[in-house]
Amino acid sequence: MENTEKKWFSLNLGNKKKQAESSCGCGKSGGCNSQDKTTPQEEEKDGFQQVFEVSMDRRTAFKKLAASLMIGAGAVTTSCSLITGDDEKEKAQIDWEEQFKGNYKLMSDEEKKATVDRLVRSYQLRTGKTLSMSSQNADENVLFGYAFNISKCQGYMDCVTACVEENNQDRSSQMQYIRIHEMKDGKGLNFNEADDNYYHEVPAEGHFYLGTQCFHCDNPPCVDVCPVQATWREDDGLVVVDYDWCVGCRYCMAACPYDGRRFNWSKPEVPEEEINKNQHYLGNRMRKKGVMEKCTFCVQRSRAGKNPACVEACPTGARIFGNLLDPNSTIRWVLENKKVFRLKEDLGTEPKFWYFMD
Amino acid sequence: MRRLKVFISLVRDSLDTITHGSRKYHLWMAFLTLVMLIGMYCYSIQLEEGLSVTGMTDRVSWGLYISNFTFLVGVAAAAVMLVMPTYVLKDINFKQAVLIGEGLAVAALIMCLVFVVADMGGPSVLWHMIPGIGVFNFPSSMLTWDVIVLNGYLFLNISIPFYILFRHYQGKDANPRVYIPGALLSVFWAVGIHLVTAFLYQGLQARPFWNNALLGPRFLASAFAAGPALIIVVLAIIRTYTAFKIEDKTIKKIAMVVTVAAQINLIMLISELFKEFYAPTHHSESAYYLFFGLDGKNALLPWIWAAISLNVLATVLLTFHKLRNNFKVLFFSCVILFIAIWIEKGFGLIVPGFIPGPYGKIAEYTPTGIEIGVTIGIWALGAFVFTILAKVAIKIETGRLRMKR
Repeated sequence: MENTEKKWFSLNLGNKKKQAESSCGCGKSGGCNSQDKTTPQEEEKDGFQQVFEVSMDRRTAFKKLAASLMIGAGAVTTSCSLITGDDEKEKAQIDWEEQFKGNYKLMSDEEKKATVDRLVRSYQLRTGKTLSMSSQNADENVLFGYAFNISKCQGYMDCVTACVEENNQDRSSQMQYIRIHEMKDGKGLNFNEADDNYYHEVPAEGHFYLGTQCFHCDNPPCVDVCPVQATWREDDGLVVVDYDWCVGCRYCMAACPYDGRRFNWSKPEVPEEEINKNQHYLGNRMRKKGVMEKCTFCVQRSRAGKNPACVEACPTGARIFGNLLDPNSTIRWVLENKKVFRLKEDLGTEPKFWYFMD
Repeated sequence: MRRLKVFISLVRDSLDTITHGSRKYHLWMAFLTLVMLIGMYCYSIQLEEGLSVTGMTDRVSWGLYISNFTFLVGVAAAAVMLVMPTYVLKDINFKQAVLIGEGLAVAALIMCLVFVVADMGGPSVLWHMIPGIGVFNFPSSMLTWDVIVLNGYLFLNISIPFYILFRHYQGKDANPRVYIPGALLSVFWAVGIHLVTAFLYQGLQARPFWNNALLGPRFLASAFAAGPALIIVVLAIIRTYTAFKIEDKTIKKIAMVVTVAAQINLIMLISELFKEFYAPTHHSESAYYLFFGLDGKNALLPWIWAAISLNVLATVLLTFHKLRNNFKVLFFSCVILFIAIWIEKGFGLIVPGFIPGPYGKIAEYTPTGIEIGVTIGIWALGAFVFTILAKVAIKIETGRLRMKR
């Protein structure tokens, strides 16, 4: 592979550091084969695996410690109190194991399943209700991409509402992943004069609309800066966060050039009856205070073969989502037949989010 | 075994030293304790409610805590300006001041670490960052570099003075062969901590205000001005209130360091201003916001212009030998220079990085009372730590604290 085929800009220093593949959806034949090869990312993972082994050893140590503590504590409480039920004990056990679990990125499939089961059980014990949570991994030969038709968007913001409901976002701080920028006709793409917080009838005369959210960059700056690898790029291109591993330093927020990340400044609140119970560990499960979150292209839907909520909710058809590696997908048709562009391409972040006009 | 005995005796004597003192000393410590308690109360509210009790938002996601952290890294790094002449160049005039400088570095580093922890959304899961049991994203994340250099520098600045004081406590001379390698290492390390902290910001292509090759060097220049300026003020206080003798010559030499650093800092400021305003681009907007305000939003204007005026005034005063050698003028210049750089390298650097936002949104930041309470509490903690370290060190160095045999 030559320098010209690199996915993103990097200096060629002669060593095969980032041997990236040809760009996807560029319209040329023979592109979009990024899944075929062992990418450097996967090689790195072996290194992570080593760290992972260590942390798992500690984890089992913690587990044993926890178990013995639990037995001891359980013996004491049951002998002293008749009220403490098995539920209380189980809850305490789950809390303990959740507190000392490892990074989701480095877990094996069994461990992923175990933590998901614990979270579901914990929710049952707390509320008496049940929910479904998935730990589904990325499928092979899938790379998600998104296109946004500026000509079609009328600024109705149905996507924003659908996103908030689908992803269980904090209602009290009105957190929204999507921002719709209302721009003036004749000024071009002038974000400085755009309004991303409008409260009037749309479409407003003399304006056009453009939506932004996390662009799921192929070379995401937020991932590099995280001190604990609590955020990473999955094999299907989604940039995700392990809410339980995040320490809340907000370095990723400073590193994101697209305003794609949100922070839980308080404990997020969603009314019980509004909670979307179809969840994914990396997606819309309930977050806690002091952690980062962001758009995941609705991982709970997209990995199940559905469109993200924003795409489904859009009344104008301005939003197009699909698999970049599937030559017959709509997104590929758009990329090959429309004059597409991306925001701040000079930063070398390679967003998988394209804009186009009719 | 014998060393352990000496150590226990040293700890006991040190505790005795720091719990006894003049009325003024007790009042000072009581005052600091009160401020720290208020800070802890504010922090307990923050722990309970979340970071929403601060003025930070999704638009401006770092504020007063990270600003103070950045500035204090510089203060800590400044100890090198005393360490190098004393241990490496063997300039005995600095010898009296060097332990004080190192004590100041330790206090500043502790404040840095506490500020970072105060800024965290999840302090209870900070063990995720410990290598071995957590995942330490080294070398990719500059924050992990910063964790390494700050803790390493803290270790160096505790161990070197401790060794020297430990020997003096026993009435023996410290062996230069033991501490010189450490001192040499700490010289490079000091440059490292501030450069790495600058890289933390400098490496973000998302924030053009920080993504600037001059940021690192300018951090160093301002640090070597502000840090020794603080040391001069502290030395002035110490020689007024204690028996510790610090010669005029020492203070004058440190003043020279401050002067040169302040001059270089000013040259770099001019270079930055020229670049931002001669041919302004889209990337100059943050600088416009900082110096002139944007869209009628101008919360930082009074601060930055006060900082620039104080900075220029102090540098001019220090440049003239006659004025600099007048101690009243010198102390005044040092105080205003310290304040100027605290503004400029604190929130004058961090906050404009977020304004305007990635899509041009101008949302301002104002710290809340709780945030200010925590911040002042952490400063009080630093002063508390420094007072304890300085009191013991001075008593040993003046020969009044020796092991009883």
